[in-house]
Amino acid sequence: MQVNEKLAVEHGLKVEEYKLICELLKRTPNLTELGIFSAMWNEHCSYKSSRLHLKKLPTKGKKVIQGPGENAGVIDIEDGDAIVFKIESHNHPSFIEPYQGAATGVGGIMRDVFTMGARPIANLNSIHFGSTQHKKTKNLLRGVVHGIGGYGNCIGVPTIGGQTCFDRSYNGNILVNAMTLGLVKKNKIFYSKAAGLNKPVIYVGSKTGRDGIHGASMASASFDDKIEEKKPTVQVGDPFTEKLLLEACLELMAGDSIIAIQDMGAAGLTSSSIEMASKGKLGIEINLDKVPCRETKMTPYEIMLSESQERMLIVLENGKENLAKKIFDKWGLDFAIIGKTTDTKNIELFFNSEQVAKIPINILVENSPMYDRKWKKTKLPKKNKIQKKDLKNLKILDVLKKMISNPNVCSKKWIWEQYDHTVMGDTIQKPGGNSGVVRVHGTNKAIAAAVDSSAVYCWAHPLTGGKQIVCESWRNLISVGAKPVAITNCLNFGSPEKEENMGEFVECVEGIGEASKYLAFPVVSGNVSFYNQTKEIGIKPTPVIGGVGLIKDYTKMITMNFKSEGNLVLVIGKTEGHLDQSLFARTILDEKNGPPPEINLFNEKNNGETILKLIEDNYIKSAHDVSLGGILMGVSKMCIEGNVGIEIKKPDSLLSEFEYFFSEDQGRYIIEISKSDIKKVTSILEKNAVHYDEIGTLVGKSVSFNEKTIVPVDELKSYNNNWLKDYMR
Amino acid sequence: MKSSVITFPGSNCDRDMDVALKKFGFKNKMIWHNDNELPKSDLVVLPGGFSYGDYLRCGSVASKSKIMQSVINFAKSGGLVMGICNGFQILVETGLVPGVLLRNKYLEFICKNVFVKLDNKDNPYFKNLEKDIFKLHIAHNEGNYFCTEDQLKEIKDNNQVAIYYCNNDGKIEEEFNPNGSIKNIAGILNKEKNVLGMMPHPERMIDSCLSGEDGSLFFKNLLNNIK
Repeated sequence: MQVNEKLAVEHGLKVEEYKLICELLKRTPNLTELGIFSAMWNEHCSYKSSRLHLKKLPTKGKKVIQGPGENAGVIDIEDGDAIVFKIESHNHPSFIEPYQGAATGVGGIMRDVFTMGARPIANLNSIHFGSTQHKKTKNLLRGVVHGIGGYGNCIGVPTIGGQTCFDRSYNGNILVNAMTLGLVKKNKIFYSKAAGLNKPVIYVGSKTGRDGIHGASMASASFDDKIEEKKPTVQVGDPFTEKLLLEACLELMAGDSIIAIQDMGAAGLTSSSIEMASKGKLGIEINLDKVPCRETKMTPYEIMLSESQERMLIVLENGKENLAKKIFDKWGLDFAIIGKTTDTKNIELFFNSEQVAKIPINILVENSPMYDRKWKKTKLPKKNKIQKKDLKNLKILDVLKKMISNPNVCSKKWIWEQYDHTVMGDTIQKPGGNSGVVRVHGTNKAIAAAVDSSAVYCWAHPLTGGKQIVCESWRNLISVGAKPVAITNCLNFGSPEKEENMGEFVECVEGIGEASKYLAFPVVSGNVSFYNQTKEIGIKPTPVIGGVGLIKDYTKMITMNFKSEGNLVLVIGKTEGHLDQSLFARTILDEKNGPPPEINLFNEKNNGETILKLIEDNYIKSAHDVSLGGILMGVSKMCIEGNVGIEIKKPDSLLSEFEYFFSEDQGRYIIEISKSDIKKVTSILEKNAVHYDEIGTLVGKSVSFNEKTIVPVDELKSYNNNWLKDYMR
Repeated sequence: MKSSVITFPGSNCDRDMDVALKKFGFKNKMIWHNDNELPKSDLVVLPGGFSYGDYLRCGSVASKSKIMQSVINFAKSGGLVMGICNGFQILVETGLVPGVLLRNKYLEFICKNVFVKLDNKDNPYFKNLEKDIFKLHIAHNEGNYFCTEDQLKEIKDNNQVAIYYCNNDGKIEEEFNPNGSIKNIAGILNKEKNVLGMMPHPERMIDSCLSGEDGSLFFKNLLNNIK
């Protein structure tokens, strides 16, 4: 096949990029080489539009062992233990083939974690779908949930949390982001940097097939009408093989045979071999005849670009080949010595005794394009003046029922009951709460994790939205009694070639950076997914934050269900009545304009740290952060989970009932305390200058407001629990 | 008391079972599926998971694996063999207990707490238990127990039903049936009562912070019964 500009463009490269390749190589690449360039230089692998901005994120901290740049981030959780974690997108494939797309997303992120020597101990996911009225939504949701469960359940790693959102901006581009946490000893972490000359390069795991060829390129382009034709670019998952690969790798890692290890994820053998060599400033030579293939007559081009799953590349110490082979034989996995490290700083490929590709590695990596794309700033929208007359005809009870059964608020039990969330026997907080929590096996410690997004806020004002999600993640961890340690982010956006979308990206990243710096909550890993766009219509900007926190003594963990009658309920943090961009404004008033709630980082930090202090002193019986839908959504969920009622009294203020109960001001928590502790608690709050309102007492089995309106908790529960189940059946 | 937990490729509750057995005083050994011989054991456990990926009928490949001949002989000589979840599916495939396990009624994986009621205590697993109703945990895709009418009659005549799905008051009704199992059956014994297969995971209920301790009652009692 003749390699030319046209073919390069068909590979997703730009004309100028193709010219640059020819210039750097000082010749025309052959087909295999063109394939390698297209795989390494696409947006998904090269981060060419985002690198410049990602550099600004705070990535260091006292607890950070490894920041971005490795397979996953690593944090110190003391006693010689460390947590490896990362979130990753599998958006494009999941829209085309929801089951396999989602399944291989889960498989891929777990491999990233156990590649570093860590045993996965928890999975989470953040999934976004189009309008519930859209004809594809149901099937996509069902397929994605089955795919996530099908993979994670089989491996035997609990899925401890997640979030599911619906918004019409995802009608043509759903989001599937999967996060994994793994546990490792600090002195047994494995990296992907190759070292030493003439070291054997080993291929282990599944055989290479023709599935997933150009997967990473597909994920680097917008969708059009012919997207169904891209189905062959979606990989097919085999969780059974992954389970064997996990056990075999951990068995080999117990010894000292491995110099470097890298999973074959996006761009398969191409990116794994090049990354290992590049990090070690070495060359690499691969004999493609040795690569175990599932199908006959595979060409070098296909072998290099296949994204077949459940494969690993390892650089071994000399002389350890037999020992390693024995382990992989035991687990029934392929094992092949396919090449060696060299000092040429080239990647050299051989097939049928002929050299079929030779490219200097620095051209592929360091010289890969980096763009400073044009971007547009989003002005802070003007505040809406919500008129008293808009609220006049509303009844608070009708609003409550409507909002508690809203698709974005309702219980997601139908989803998480399809995920094994208790395997491994350490899940001490199940999905459905503020964060999922797993014990560190055999210790008193526990790890909390949560995933969050606020696309509506990010759409209205990206800078504020970016800050807000970091804060929300921080609050979700604090609400279970965990000290927030670090975050991973999955940045889902439209096309970076459009100034508006690029602007959303730049400002969201700026917001994330500002908040994570202020809260000392650094970003240790992440992933960017651009081109979540169909023709001209992109998604709302949707950065997803995966937060991780540490609970030193798991018996102090807090849950959100109200505990006992007679206890008092306080709202921590000031309620200002900000309704713009709230669920109330958007769904009840049908008002989509206005700015998102403001973020005050000082209050955020101060309120959060004070809550942790109250938990440390055993004052808090239950806690929940105030988020989507405001105070009344939070209180209702706590009643539903605890099966106990509350008599609510709105504190005296200038705010109307609707403003007080449904506004989405930030930095707030709802806590339950014992009546006898009220003085001690309020004195701690006052000492720390934290605003609080006392809003009610737990009593009976109904929720009542100002002694007027009453609704049984059971009724709220059925509104909250049934919506999704009824929708899906 | 000595126990053996078999690890098949794809087992994923083997460690959890090991932790539970040891916690209550068993001396447990992990046995690889490719071994020929079982060590001397008072109890053999086939754990949950997805043996061989369950790509064929669940449990069918595992039931033919090398160690299973030895397990079958052990069971036939009266040894205690317990299969949990995938282990139950494997037992069904060996024919040691009657019936089959179909996909759940709504074709969805189910992970949640359930209540089960013991049908009879005339067996080494439940003898001496004080309670009849237990809160346990299920996590499976194929737990929908089914058998022919003749088999069902025989099972009932021989008191082979181990546990039924029920509510917290012990009511055995269709609405408390999570997966469509015939007659709400959650676990079955063989005729001789030394082989038990059940879908719920007692090993996931051995700690007050893991939503319950009814699994602890089960293991403590089992150890005492074997002693």
